[in-house]
Amino acid sequence: MKRLFLALALALGFAAPAAAQGGGTIAITGGRVVIGDGTPPIDGGTVLIRNGRIVAAGANVAVPPGATTVDAHGKWVTPGLVAGFSRLGLLEVDAVDETNDVRAPESPFNAAIDVTPAVNPAALAIAVNRAAGITRAIVAPGVGRGTIFAGQGAVIDLGADMEPVTRPRAFQFVELGEDGAGFAGGSRAAAYIMLRNALREARDLRLPASARRPGGPDLSPDNPYLQGSAARSDDVPLTRFDAAALVPVLEGTQQLFVHVERTSDILQVLALRQEFPRLRLVLVGAAEGWRVADRIAAAGVPVLANALNDLPATFEQLAATQSNIGRMRAAGVKVAIGMLNDEDGRNIRVQTQYAGNLVALTRVPGATGLDWDAAFAAISGAPAEIVGLGEEIGTLRPGRRADVVIWDGDPLELSTGVEAVWIDGVPQPLTNHQTELRERYRQPQEGALPHAYIRR
Amino acid sequence: MSSKLRFLLVALAGATAIAACANQAPPQSASAATRSSAPRYTPPADPYPSTYRPYPSVPTAIVNATIFDGEGGRIEHGTIVMADGRIQAAGGPDTPVPEGVTRIDGTGLWVTPGVIDVHSHLGDYPSPGVSAHSDGNEATSPVRPEVWAEHSVWPQDPGFTRALVNGGVTTLQILPGSANLFGGRGVTLRNVPARTAQAMRFPGAPRGLKMACGENPKRVYGRRSQMPSTRMGNIALARQTWQRAVEYRERRARDPNTPRDFALDTLVEVLEGRILVHNHCYRADEMANMLDMAREFGYHIASFHHAVEAYKIADLLRENDTCAAMWSNWWGFKMEAYDAIDENVPMVHNAGACAIVHSDDPNGIQRLNQAAAQALAAGRRMGIDIPDEVAWRWLAINPAHALGIDDQTGSLRVGKRADVVLWNGNPFSVYTRPQVVWIDGALMYDMNNPRLRPVTDFELGQPGEGDTK
Repeated sequence: MKRLFLALALALGFAAPAAAQGGGTIAITGGRVVIGDGTPPIDGGTVLIRNGRIVAAGANVAVPPGATTVDAHGKWVTPGLVAGFSRLGLLEVDAVDETNDVRAPESPFNAAIDVTPAVNPAALAIAVNRAAGITRAIVAPGVGRGTIFAGQGAVIDLGADMEPVTRPRAFQFVELGEDGAGFAGGSRAAAYIMLRNALREARDLRLPASARRPGGPDLSPDNPYLQGSAARSDDVPLTRFDAAALVPVLEGTQQLFVHVERTSDILQVLALRQEFPRLRLVLVGAAEGWRVADRIAAAGVPVLANALNDLPATFEQLAATQSNIGRMRAAGVKVAIGMLNDEDGRNIRVQTQYAGNLVALTRVPGATGLDWDAAFAAISGAPAEIVGLGEEIGTLRPGRRADVVIWDGDPLELSTGVEAVWIDGVPQPLTNHQTELRERYRQPQEGALPHAYIRR
Repeated sequence: MSSKLRFLLVALAGATAIAACANQAPPQSASAATRSSAPRYTPPADPYPSTYRPYPSVPTAIVNATIFDGEGGRIEHGTIVMADGRIQAAGGPDTPVPEGVTRIDGTGLWVTPGVIDVHSHLGDYPSPGVSAHSDGNEATSPVRPEVWAEHSVWPQDPGFTRALVNGGVTTLQILPGSANLFGGRGVTLRNVPARTAQAMRFPGAPRGLKMACGENPKRVYGRRSQMPSTRMGNIALARQTWQRAVEYRERRARDPNTPRDFALDTLVEVLEGRILVHNHCYRADEMANMLDMAREFGYHIASFHHAVEAYKIADLLRENDTCAAMWSNWWGFKMEAYDAIDENVPMVHNAGACAIVHSDDPNGIQRLNQAAAQALAAGRRMGIDIPDEVAWRWLAINPAHALGIDDQTGSLRVGKRADVVLWNGNPFSVYTRPQVVWIDGALMYDMNNPRLRPVTDFELGQPGEGDTK
């Protein structure tokens, strides 16, 4: 009975019964289970959820009495997908400025900017991507004007509730390629001096240990460095807030995401650690990464790469190829798909297509792709690991947050649809503006009343 | 420039739409009547003719493949024979294969006509996307029908080769952008690397006229405090322009010494039915306005491009014999794209109108088969069950109709140009890629032969030259 009700609730997108609201025990049985860590799918597996966490997933998982069971025979059951790099929740319509919080060209601040208050869990893009199986996203601000620092990004969930933030201030995002050069005043050299100076200012702040918190600076009012009690020299282009925000980057308690594409730019970024040894670097973009994959691997720097760039769209990616991710991974680089392109604010859902294309490359002579298991991990477990949340999200390993998706087929295949989504063990609605428009216009001609009267 | 900035430039200032039409029927009777009563106008000879010649080919047969013929037909264990650049036979396993032809075992493989994209800016907004290459919008006046996209085409755009190799694209229309109400003439190309645009031009293909409605023209000119700054301004200026064309046609017919006006020449050729209108338009209400304008002045809209709200007026499109060229899942990047839905393509198809999947994008053009697969799946989930082989029309005969070249290509009918793709699996699967591509029967790409991987001048001697892309 419970089982029937849940199935019905999911099908209709209604709230599920209290037992399934994150707290109860749910067993999803009989499906092809993908863990998301690069291991092969398990046929006829069970995923067991309790109190919003994964208890177990795989074969031979016992279903405890009283569990709400969901029959997934013939289906695929996977962790919710993770957007490795995105602007989800920061905009409604890209070209409608007042709805777009990605960048702040008129702001006096840069590194201190923290995207979390801008995230709108009710944005249509959240609902649309949730319905496509995306459950978590790494969200980065964009760079404003006169700076290379975009500010601090967050990890969010795509749940239909008003508490979207999984980890605030997870990383600082900086531009050091063509864009960085432009923002810094016109050259890459200017961008690097801007970076060095900013880190110098952060060092000179000599924040007390209490401010060197993992996950970002202490921005509470009792942080003495934000009260203006410490003197600074006049030689400081950064605001106090911005300089304080870079202390955790300098100390290595907050990751530094760096967008570069060109081979030489990648090497320059890797070299930064000679000067600033504690930097925890992540490369974003890295279209030419395959050319120095061994050096990226040796540096132990992970990469969030656009999957399918294969055009010399700029002079910094002349060597772009769809084999980039495959070749980097083959060289030992920890790499995941991150979207830094036209789709990053709204259409992260195409990352299943991107991952599928990387599998297609394995059948193209001369190309290097990913096997299916690695391709799926590149949009689930791998980005979670890279952002330091591998113990929390991205896979169905025990103890992780219960972000689970049931698909009607291979999740990377174009014909596949999502049947159910849980986030933190809570069943999620899959309807949105787009699904309701579809239903309204099943018949384009007016009937007895105008379309405005047609609602589900 | 970042890809994002580039996208905004193209999508907002320059993007466009073009397209075609489903049934190739002549323009509606009202406009036909207008034309027959109007004075005749003698068009100038084409001063920029095609110099394209098919490359040499060897007679080739593919046997035992799954064939989508591009018009909705499917053949299991099918045979296709190409010779002299033309389709010689397409049929079942008992189709005779002439002696001496190159024989390819198609077991487990798929054969389709080459993919046709009705909306591309390759060559006009080429890679690298530096401002020196920004040649797609003559945004100096909202009325610029005198410009021709072919005069901006840089044949060395690496995007052409990616569309061939990864997308199986054999024919594409290059359009001016959508900054202007009248953006200029579009040109249909063979996707064959060449030194000149003339050497790519599809012989005999009618040219297109790019028109635009909605946000782009009113934004580009409105911010210069110039007309149009509103949607009503868009229509008013477009109507006045058509009226000028009607009067010019009459003057020219009465007095052949009337000074030539290249802008109005283009519009008169539209009124005469020799140039096909491809109209960038997102919203349903605006498409309806454009259909009324076409009726008022006696021309036919071959296709609306982008047409993200086509599903709301699919019946109107069917009645007007106007195609909709659409994306599978782009949405929300601008206000007029806010009501986009994934089911647009199958809903238009299901209403009996002509549906086309287009790219408007140098990346998307490499995956039009995948976009069609996404649209097809979205339709099936809402109960519109279209067979795979019928959905292939969206990439083949429907865009060929819209471009006025359906007698030449767009299906595997005997006698047509042998524009053929052999895929290494079901082309609606994400795991499938083109294995071999023929254009006019000439082998232009073979996945297994690195020498048959075209490299543009721009890429020669550069990092990544000749790589699998």
